[in-house]
Amino acid sequence: MTPFLDSLRQGFDALPAALLDAGQLGAARRSAFASLLHDGLPPPRSERWKYTSLKAFERRRFALPDPLGAANPTCDHPALAAIPAPRLVFVNGRYDPALSQTAALSEGVSLRPLSQALREDNAGALDFLAQRIDAADEPFARLNAALALEGAVLRARDGVQAQAPIHLVHVGVNSADEGTDLAWHLRLSIELGRGAQLCVVEHHLACSRHAHLANLFAQVRLAEGAVLHHVRVQDDSQAATVFNRCDATLAGKARYQRLDLELGASLSRNELNIALRGAQAKATANGVLLADGTRHLDTRLNVDHAARDSTCELLWRGLGAARGRAAFHGGILIREGADGTEANLSNKNLLLSEEAEIDTQPVLVIHADEVKAAHGATVGQLDPGALFYLRTRGLPLRDAQRLLTVAFCREPLSAVADSALAALLAAQLDGRLHASGAL
Amino acid sequence: MLKIDNLHVRLGERDILKGFSLDVKPGEVHAIMGPNGAGKSTLGYTLAGRDGYEASAGSVSFDGQDLLAMAPEERAAAGLFLAFQYPVEIPGVNNTYFLRAAYNAQRKARGEAELDSMQFLKRVREKLSVLHLKDELLHRAVNEGFSGGEKKRNEIFQLAVLEPKLAILDETDSGLDIDALKAVADGVNALRSPDRAFIVITHYQRLLDYIRPDHVHVLAQGRIVESGGPELAQQLEEHGYAWIRDRVAPEAA
Repeated sequence: MTPFLDSLRQGFDALPAALLDAGQLGAARRSAFASLLHDGLPPPRSERWKYTSLKAFERRRFALPDPLGAANPTCDHPALAAIPAPRLVFVNGRYDPALSQTAALSEGVSLRPLSQALREDNAGALDFLAQRIDAADEPFARLNAALALEGAVLRARDGVQAQAPIHLVHVGVNSADEGTDLAWHLRLSIELGRGAQLCVVEHHLACSRHAHLANLFAQVRLAEGAVLHHVRVQDDSQAATVFNRCDATLAGKARYQRLDLELGASLSRNELNIALRGAQAKATANGVLLADGTRHLDTRLNVDHAARDSTCELLWRGLGAARGRAAFHGGILIREGADGTEANLSNKNLLLSEEAEIDTQPVLVIHADEVKAAHGATVGQLDPGALFYLRTRGLPLRDAQRLLTVAFCREPLSAVADSALAALLAAQLDGRLHASGAL
Repeated sequence: MLKIDNLHVRLGERDILKGFSLDVKPGEVHAIMGPNGAGKSTLGYTLAGRDGYEASAGSVSFDGQDLLAMAPEERAAAGLFLAFQYPVEIPGVNNTYFLRAAYNAQRKARGEAELDSMQFLKRVREKLSVLHLKDELLHRAVNEGFSGGEKKRNEIFQLAVLEPKLAILDETDSGLDIDALKAVADGVNALRSPDRAFIVITHYQRLLDYIRPDHVHVLAQGRIVESGGPELAQQLEEHGYAWIRDRVAPEAA
């Protein structure tokens, strides 16, 4: 057994049975963990892990956060202070009631930490946790199924129109015992009733340099006509590892408007699976991949058009600097009968250094007849014509490069309708671009 | 102000400019006319400093400085402006933000104080009203989704804000209908002054009905083959460029 699996087995075995069995989930958790131990982590030849080798990662050991342990380490990060209520804050994978504020929630919206839901709800209300992960090449989803004891459960009733964004904040802090890196597994469940409208912003931030592993699995269900704006800003520690997965299912006329900013971590894998199950469902999923330093980013989109007149718009921009590495997989499947579907994928990448590497792979599979599908993927440098134009107006070369690079990276932010939030995200993106030395 | 002496420019394997000379004094408007492929745009790009347009012989002095030794942004700060034949679209960069950054970069390079956003906006609004342009131009991304006419007007707007000593207009009339052409010409005329010179590069005489030049030069096969007053443009209009070829040919033979 690899050190990674061995360390997690020790953690799993030490968990109190009462926690594992809460919500009548014990059997499902044990079975998920057993199949993970049986199959191990996927080998390099696995298609889904082609661009991200887990060989070095497998040799690391992690401890689980103690669910019953003492209080969380303190965190006074300025970025955390700037995040308004309502918000749930998790420090090193544990819910932090002192830093969380849910008093300002709109009528008809409920937001609870998963640990509370596990205590309060009957098994039926927690069915999202019982979803089986059968595929051997989804080890982190399996791990999450076995080990997610914390997270967030967010519900909006039919017709609720909530204005203020709800923030879910994941903070990493260096452990008191510096030799121990933690692995936390959080589950987010977001369900919107018919015609409900909501905005959720997820933040990953580091209060101090740490090398923890965050393994997050989000499940989003949108009923007919529901609209969810979902933003995720991953700005974790330069040494952190992040595995994120989000499965979203849309009913008819539902809209999912998503933006991912991948700005931090040492290794970050982000998998976004969107199923358009009802007619006229619409998904927009944009993102920015900032692969600088020695960062490794791996993003996989899978959009499944299973209904008529469904739409997806995917606009991603990647930047490779220093020895950064980014892999992008944009998969669009249009099933038989999903006529009238419109799908657009654009993935443009800028390589700013010779040692950086970007791999992009758009994959369109079309089984319907009347569809409009377009994809474009490029890897290149800044447009010399545009640089010259800016310089003839007086901008020095460096400033012209900076201006064009920032503009390039800002394009996906068009997915954010809320102008105050868009300005905040633009400032955060610009700050990271300047700090990265990529400019 | 600008002295071009025996300029040769090679692009790849081809000689484009072959002994081009021109002397421009403050306040003058020079028109450079010529058939397609004569080297008109090469002249503009070479003077503005585009990569790949290097002089193989000759010299260009601008206010006593060796222009060819300067970077494009240094030429801009020294007071040279090129209005592009095909202005570049720059998505995501706001027109006002871009122009202020450019304007302040020039001032900084000249050792002058930079303008804050309020001061700059005041200046920009003055220029808009002189050129009869709409406010919305300020809020759009640089040239993105602009029509041909809007792009050319945006070039003239930039010219007005940056106030160069020498403006080179590279086929600013191409692709414009008569109303847009008049609007662009009015803008240029409003910017004429005793300290500012213009080089108007054009294929057609039409633009020169609205921007009255002091001197007209005919560029053919990489050099000036004929110079004269505004009447030269009129002759070209009547006889076509073939007339010039007929006059150049015996000399070449």
